[in-house]
Amino acid sequence: MKTLDVSVVTPSGPVLEGSFEFVVCKAETGELGILPGHIPLVAPLQISAVRLKNGNETKKLAVNGGFMEVQPDKITILAQSAEKATEIDVQRAKEAKDRAERRLQAKQDTVDKTRAELALKRAMNRLDVGQ
Amino acid sequence: MASLRDIKGRIDSTKKTKQITGAMEMVSASKMNKAEQNAKGFVPYADKIQEVVASIANSNTDIEHPMLTKREVKKTAYIIVTSDRGLVGGYNSNILKNLVTTINKRHQHADEYTIIAVGRKGYDFCKKRNLPVSKSILGIADHPTFADIKDLASESVQMYSDGEIDELNIIYNHYVSAISQVVTAKKLLPIENLDEHGASDSDYEYDPNQEEILEVLLPQYAESLIFGALLDGKASEHAASMTAMRSATDNASDLIDDLTLTYNRARQAAITQEITEIVGGVAALE
Repeated sequence: MKTLDVSVVTPSGPVLEGSFEFVVCKAETGELGILPGHIPLVAPLQISAVRLKNGNETKKLAVNGGFMEVQPDKITILAQSAEKATEIDVQRAKEAKDRAERRLQAKQDTVDKTRAELALKRAMNRLDVGQ
Repeated sequence: MASLRDIKGRIDSTKKTKQITGAMEMVSASKMNKAEQNAKGFVPYADKIQEVVASIANSNTDIEHPMLTKREVKKTAYIIVTSDRGLVGGYNSNILKNLVTTINKRHQHADEYTIIAVGRKGYDFCKKRNLPVSKSILGIADHPTFADIKDLASESVQMYSDGEIDELNIIYNHYVSAISQVVTAKKLLPIENLDEHGASDSDYEYDPNQEEILEVLLPQYAESLIFGALLDGKASEHAASMTAMRSATDNASDLIDDLTLTYNRARQAAITQEITEIVGGVAALE
């Protein structure tokens, strides 16, 4: 079976390198599934989980603020941060989620609100991947 | 001539100073290694993002984006990367010298530029000289993460997008090796010279379209350049600090050698004098 070389790179260094048969991720315009031999593509990603499949095995990554570059046999995901499921501190993510929710409930100006919304998204994404 | 006790005191205190500078040298050396690794870890990200930006910008010549277009420069911003504390040799003064020279050369009036200071030394310097500082970030960790400077970077890029500034420059020390750091001034915005990095030939599909991707990508690219410069600067800072501490240790050793020689001479002179006195005394009795 053909595979795709996937590398996930962040400013603090590479997070993951490996070969996978199938990659699913959420682009700004919707969910994308990528198989080997895909046409070259560039797309920004939502704060979301990236799923990497090899046979029956699935790996999950929580990605924040990134975009991906696809070539027929290679995918590069550039993100401001990316974490493997095993690296996620579920407790901390839960706390972050609660904090963000409290902030959203207290009515504040729009800048804080957007920030809280983003923080909430990141925390939910982490929880989703980590559990 | 100083008394024996004075010299002894100076030798002891210099020895203690030498111990401290020696320890600081080792601390800086280990920090430098880590900082160098951080800077290296960042390279793949920087290369990749540059490649994608270049391939988009070059694939389509009629693409328009404020960050790619030169405009009349009314106000220039300079980001200066300095350290929070001293003991780093010429690290800070080289940066600040470069800043002052550039400003004197390019600007007549204080309205024409503004400074974004990273590190206490740079901030204090500008405050003392009444240079306009619009933003500052102090107390950056030895091994900064992207999150630490994300706010400053995105605000700086935002200033450009809002038209508050028309050009963004960064001045930092580029890490060449442990013993050599070069002051580097770079223009970050508008983004120029993308061609020289060789666009890849692949024709990309863009989802949703090129404009929107550039909208996301270019600020990220600019922010990543700032972060890269900061990592580079941190590696240089630790290297400079290591070199400074090493020469301080060497100087302390020299000083101790000199002082020990003086001490021994003084001691010898005292003994000789005592003998002469005793001999003189005996001679007087006979």
